[in-house]
Amino acid sequence: MSRYYTKDHEWIEIAGDTGTVGITDYAQAQLGDITFVELPSSGQQVTRGSSVSVVDSVKAASDVYTPVSGTVADANHALTDAPELVNTDAEVGGWLFRVTLSDPAELDGLMDRAAYDLYVEGL
Amino acid sequence: MSESEVLDSDDAGETPATLTLPLDAWHRQRGARMVEFAGYWMPVQYAGEGGGIIAEHLWTRGHAGLFDVSHMGQLTVSGEAAAEALEALLPGEIAGLKPGRMRYSLLLDENGGILDDLIVTRRGADFYIVVNGATKWDDIGHLREHLPDAITLTHMDEHALLALQGPAAVQALTRLGIEPAREGGPPVEALRFMQGGGYRWQGRPLGISRSGYTGEDGFEISVRECDVTAFADAICDQPEVRPIGLGARDSLRLEAGLPLYGHDLSPETDPVSAGLAFAISKRRRADGGFPGAGRILALLASGTPRVRVGLTLDGRMAAREGAKVFTGDQEVGVVTSGGFSPSLQHPIAMAFVASDRSSPSTPLEIEMRGKRIAAHVVPLPFIPHRYVR
Repeated sequence: MSRYYTKDHEWIEIAGDTGTVGITDYAQAQLGDITFVELPSSGQQVTRGSSVSVVDSVKAASDVYTPVSGTVADANHALTDAPELVNTDAEVGGWLFRVTLSDPAELDGLMDRAAYDLYVEGL
Repeated sequence: MSESEVLDSDDAGETPATLTLPLDAWHRQRGARMVEFAGYWMPVQYAGEGGGIIAEHLWTRGHAGLFDVSHMGQLTVSGEAAAEALEALLPGEIAGLKPGRMRYSLLLDENGGILDDLIVTRRGADFYIVVNGATKWDDIGHLREHLPDAITLTHMDEHALLALQGPAAVQALTRLGIEPAREGGPPVEALRFMQGGGYRWQGRPLGISRSGYTGEDGFEISVRECDVTAFADAICDQPEVRPIGLGARDSLRLEAGLPLYGHDLSPETDPVSAGLAFAISKRRRADGGFPGAGRILALLASGTPRVRVGLTLDGRMAAREGAKVFTGDQEVGVVTSGGFSPSLQHPIAMAFVASDRSSPSTPLEIEMRGKRIAAHVVPLPFIPHRYVR
């Protein structure tokens, strides 16, 4: 298993041909209290960089972009009743959706943890 | 991920550099996240235990919160016939305002459009006016242009403004040993809603009023820049008090049904549509003589095609400013403020809707990101005001 990061503060964890996507702890801290998460439907075709989910905080609504193209395989329905999981457990239990990858080569353009940490430090 | 909406300032586009408030370092020491608002760096929320918009919001409703609103404009207007001069620009009863009493009023353009909302206090010898931060430079320009030469307008730009809001505000403030500046003046706890006066704390002058923007009991305190850090420290040392950011200020005022200039109010809005007819005093309705009086008095008599209402939303997705409101296929209004209500635990909004769709319980739909959210009209405020009258 390996995990990658985007400049838009999403993480994606790869297991086989499926990636689990969420937002980083840095991102949730920037957004503040999350009150609602709009999740994609399973079976939805998605293209890398397109908005697939929306995270609503008290002050703003933020798009979440999929780091990879493919088909939505699942979404984290626990967030429907407990959107605050994205605040308390952004990088594990607060995952947003799973995508079956159509082009694993897209992962090559993403950052690893060390590169992402450096990127955030520079913000 | 990207923020498609942020708590925005009101396009103070021509202002070259963002200014800092007198308490800038004080906020940063408390872990505040600073954002640009109305041309200033302002705290949107604080870090740590008790920090965050929802926690700060609920703390204010349950205890007391200290807000730095020093970005707002503090003005004085003095001179012979100052009351009459102000009445030529505002629709409120100013001449009849007793010393120490305050009135919510509106700066109007010649069509009766709202240039700003503000509060006027009659002090001993002059009027003290607090205007919005984002509009203060325009307001000052408007007042200088329209007030007669014999009237003096002063911008108190060496004063900070704090708001202490919440049910425990009175006990926290009372403990500081603040005394009336004038012998025989009322102690701060004896002030009632929309009354104010001059006070002293450790020899330093304060202007204190019982007023605010949260719907709670509370006070607004004008304090010299050179004294504000010591005073803010003394207030925040009280166990009931925590510093509260702009984020919670916005959600608190939304629950209280209070409009925010630049969002719910604009030059395109008249006071009657905005539900602010109470600000047009009885004598002024009879005599007119304020900008746009002809149009506004006609609207008072006939009613307006649209009005400001409160909406409560099904589900948890919030409606934001600019979202369209529908009845079936028919567009009947627009959201001007919206967000998640921390007290009610569901989204709420204010909108301008067609008057025939404005009665409580009317079902409506709000379009957000291509989806329709079910909503219905509710009376304002969403949370009852708890002013001490």
